Amino acid sequence: MLGHITCMIETFKALADPNRFQIVELLLQGPRPVGDMVERLHLQQPQVSKHLRVLNAAGLVAVRVDAQRRIYALRPEPLKALESWVERYRRIWEQNFQRLDGLLEELKEQGEKTWTQKPPKPCRITKRKL
Amino acid sequence: MDAKTAKAVPHNQTEALKLTAQGDRELVMTRAFHAPRRLVFDALTKPDLVKRWLIGPPGWSMPVCEIDLMVGGAYRYVWRHADGKQMGVRGIYRDIVPQERLVCTELFDDAWYPGEALLTTTLLEQAGTTTLTTTILYVSKEARDGVLKSGMESGVAASYDRLAELVAS
Repeated sequence: MLGHITCMIETFKALADPNRFQIVELLLQGPRPVGDMVERLHLQQPQVSKHLRVLNAAGLVAVRVDAQRRIYALRPEPLKALESWVERYRRIWEQNFQRLDGLLEELKEQGEKTWTQKPPKPCRITKRKL
Repeated sequence: MDAKTAKAVPHNQTEALKLTAQGDRELVMTRAFHAPRRLVFDALTKPDLVKRWLIGPPGWSMPVCEIDLMVGGAYRYVWRHADGKQMGVRGIYRDIVPQERLVCTELFDDAWYPGEALLTTTLLEQAGTTTLTTTILYVSKEARDGVLKSGMESGVAASYDRLAELVAS
């Protein structure tokens, strides 16, 4: 579990930089050579390389060498871990809120009972006729 | 009593929870309820009612729920797990507009993030549906992201609908 959390922290740290985030966004579209990213992000090559090293260390990207070019691609694992954490937490709150839905229904019914002096209309009879 | 019917909530009456990061220091949680806002407000501020829904994942209960609903008044919640684990939170009400708005601080006993968070909850009623929006303001980006990290372990933090919303903040 602790190892898992450490990985998550690395993922957050790596994504927290606007330029690195943009690189991840670019790579979401598919693998790219470094030169291509330098062009699109209007950054210097050493800067892009530095960010790619950080992303690589966090396990967010993988690199392969194709002739003279270094081609980077996203590794889905850290992003999937992040997403599954997010989903788990959303579920916890959704469980709370579904209980609240049930409670509110109960309160609505109680309110109707308190405020309605007359007995409910005999809809049961209508149903029987149908 | 109609206890059984009261618990049954038709599926289409539940609205999906939305949770997003806003700016560097905030989390925003939005959820719609098919009930007038006076009832939602009661469910947020009356201990007997809060105890019935704010319980968290299976295995947890809420043995302590104290609310002194006035500006400057305190609240205290304690949750306990079947295995003995315990978790508590306390805070002070900063602003109260009955049925409309609640502002309070939040500080967990074993705080995993620095400083108090400030929670602003608003209730908006429209055609019998109440939309609850809670904005949680942390003292720093590190604190907000610390909450995100901790969610892994304690299951108490905030969540996001989608990764895209999380990272696009």
